[in-house]
Amino acid sequence: MMKRDECLKVLARHRSNEIVVAVWKAAHEWIHISPSDLNYTFVGAMGQGASHALGLAVGRPDKRVIVLDGDGSLLMNLGCLVTIANAAPRNLVHCLCENGVYETNGSVAVPGAGRVSFTGLAREAGYAKVYEFSLLEDWDRALDRILKEDGPIFVDLKVEMGEDYPEDFRRLYSIQHREAFRRALKNA
Amino acid sequence: MDQTLKADEIVREVKRAGIRIVVALPDRMTSEHLLKPILRNPDFRVLQVCKEDEGISICSGLYCADQRALLLIQYTGLLDSMNSLSRIAVEGQNPVCMMVGLLGKEPGVPPAQSKRYGLRIVVPILDVMGIEHHLIESSQDVSKIAPAVERAYANSMPVALLIGREPA
Repeated sequence: MMKRDECLKVLARHRSNEIVVAVWKAAHEWIHISPSDLNYTFVGAMGQGASHALGLAVGRPDKRVIVLDGDGSLLMNLGCLVTIANAAPRNLVHCLCENGVYETNGSVAVPGAGRVSFTGLAREAGYAKVYEFSLLEDWDRALDRILKEDGPIFVDLKVEMGEDYPEDFRRLYSIQHREAFRRALKNA
Repeated sequence: MDQTLKADEIVREVKRAGIRIVVALPDRMTSEHLLKPILRNPDFRVLQVCKEDEGISICSGLYCADQRALLLIQYTGLLDSMNSLSRIAVEGQNPVCMMVGLLGKEPGVPPAQSKRYGLRIVVPILDVMGIEHHLIESSQDVSKIAPAVERAYANSMPVALLIGREPA
């Protein structure tokens, strides 16, 4: 099991100019760990992160899009796995921060915690590649390759809560930051 | 007044609005003469979704990537997508352009006066959400499509184009 913020710090070290779509706790952490105008946190509704990422990936096939999803979120929109596999964006990396709980909503366990195979769901939905990591050094070693491979790629990251980061939902959904993202993407 | 609604005129108007990506979940009212020809039309890319609220997010992502899109769904899917519609499209100020089939609406009857409860509530809900909407029921209405899409993108706000009869 990896601390989520440590896991995100590893990703930040390997990041170059990728778009990163982040949701909930991962988003609060990511904007501190890897600040960038190409961070997309304007997801708005639970479960929708991967669908926003699909729109970005289709709209900008020249840019790699990484989504930092949650297991509670993905369970709310499981059909997106089929939608994404069917659209088959080669530039999309769908990372799942699997902690087994609704961490923002009182850390109640998600249905099927520890029993559902998200990699199995993604594989059978038709993702091109599927990975699972529970050790930071394995994640670190594989990332450069993953960020170059053709997608859609699904990565299940087995995580637990790490350090506490401040929550700022107004920042996550800020229209000003969304407009800054649009401008940055236009010039990227 | 011409009481028919021609699918090829709708497609022409959608193209005139600069839309080349259609995000869709088949609607019995529009699938035969609108979605199927669009699926065969090489000018369009169609992204099929499993649920309509995915489409609201996909269109928002496409907007940030500077791409226009149309979300083609049935009104039941619109009703099912209220959270995404309010949080992502309205509060998130995303120009999600929806073409919504009003399956079962009686010809010539305004949606709000339909005998069907589910249809009757569509326009009041859109009104209370502050979402611009237009009834597209005859050939005369088709010319409303491109300007409505232009306004949506100019104002960064969603719009609903309500298809009131089966296009031929």
